[in-house]
Amino acid sequence: MIPEDLKYTDQHEWVRVQADTATVGITDYAQKELGDIVYVELPSVGSATVAKKAFGVVEAVKTVSDLYAPVSGEVTETNEGLGTDASIVNKSPYDQGWMIKIKMSNPSELDSLLSPADYRKLTGKE
Amino acid sequence: MVKETPLVERHRELGAKFVEFAGWLMPIQYTGLLEEHKAVREAVGLFDVSHMGEIWLRGPNGVRAANRLVTNSISSLEPGASLYSPMCNEHGGIVDDVLVYRVGEDALFVVNASNTDKDLEWIRSHCDKDVRVENLSMETVQLALQGPKTEDVLKRVGLGNLVSVGHNRHERVSVQGMEALASRTGYTGEDGFEFYYKRNGSERVAERVWDALFDAGASLGLKPIGLGARDTLRFEMGYCLYGNDIDDTTTPLEAGLGWTVKLDKGDFVGKDALVKQKASGLKRKLVGIEMLEHAIPRKGCPIAIEGREIGVVTSGSFSPSLHKGLAMGYVPPENSQAGNEISIVVRGKGFRACVTKLPFYKCGSRK
Repeated sequence: MIPEDLKYTDQHEWVRVQADTATVGITDYAQKELGDIVYVELPSVGSATVAKKAFGVVEAVKTVSDLYAPVSGEVTETNEGLGTDASIVNKSPYDQGWMIKIKMSNPSELDSLLSPADYRKLTGKE
Repeated sequence: MVKETPLVERHRELGAKFVEFAGWLMPIQYTGLLEEHKAVREAVGLFDVSHMGEIWLRGPNGVRAANRLVTNSISSLEPGASLYSPMCNEHGGIVDDVLVYRVGEDALFVVNASNTDKDLEWIRSHCDKDVRVENLSMETVQLALQGPKTEDVLKRVGLGNLVSVGHNRHERVSVQGMEALASRTGYTGEDGFEFYYKRNGSERVAERVWDALFDAGASLGLKPIGLGARDTLRFEMGYCLYGNDIDDTTTPLEAGLGWTVKLDKGDFVGKDALVKQKASGLKRKLVGIEMLEHAIPRKGCPIAIEGREIGVVTSGSFSPSLHKGLAMGYVPPENSQAGNEISIVVRGKGFRACVTKLPFYKCGSRK
């Protein structure tokens, strides 16, 4: 599943833009590759993100993967629900499994992200 | 050329995610690791483990030859029984960990898929000409049925007589018209059986046995189980995985497998080295470790005390049954007592942990 209203990174994160806020999570492709997710390590509210740099970690039973920020800015909110049940990311990667909200410092960074069509090509999936 | 088991079509039909393991195309998961793990602990699971190797030592001296190859005592093993043993090199290091079955007057070694070729070479070079070493790995299908509801499944496929078979014992049975060796053994800590039967030319035959067990267990919650859950299940029991917790540089004494080493039986490969090591004392011991704060240890993570590295993690994972990070690893003997606080370095940061007795999971249904 690759929603049309989102932008994507080549590290399998998605971005939903509303005014100057970017909501970030991992894609359906990513959650399938990882398998059962048991823990998500997120930055604290107020910390800075730098485009293309790691902002956290997602842990599955057998593997661990870094999470990469699609844009630079300040973390304004994190999804605390993931602390109690990280499997929400597997069940609802684009909706309830959102991870952080970033107040963008440089919205032009969005231009270098992948469109749904580009992401479709990258993953070879619908 | 990657090898396929005769059940590969069944796995595809069940939506398995495949992985290449030891040259074999194997299912790593079907419905999900956590769900499969839970199914084995609470109901019953069916595994295709046909990638494992089966090497027979035949001839009147097969059993004697087997006894010289492994540390455990095979000559006292009766027909119909099996036991677990490391097979050591001259330095006491472990060539492989195997299950040895006494089948009539023959010995059957069931070996790790990743070591089959190495073990065959090793066994052949350590047997006299009067022992016929027969490698039937490519012709043997192996299925494992594991979980507390195993006996219910057996009764439903006409194998109710297996209920009285004791742990580590085996019998010849007929499943769906197929002759099989059924042994009450497993790698999960739950009650269960492993079935060995001839691959034959037609895949339909192997599928018949799988289907019979699968259908019988469906209403009992039976699920197909991949290698992913197979690993978390063995890990919760503290069972060693060759290549992780044991290899040719680790001795059974260091790995907590001293109970398999019978120094009072006749000569065997590695005996002198193990006798020497026992006398001079161990430099490291394999222990169980539980995390005291959230972090998931992984193979290769350093083990430290007050910033000083003292050992390394050999197996690490999140435990689906105990909901915490656990590890197995080597530490110096003076740090190996249960309760000892240590730290595990995960991605450069130290997290509090402590040494704990194995098995981690203590509620298994294994008889």
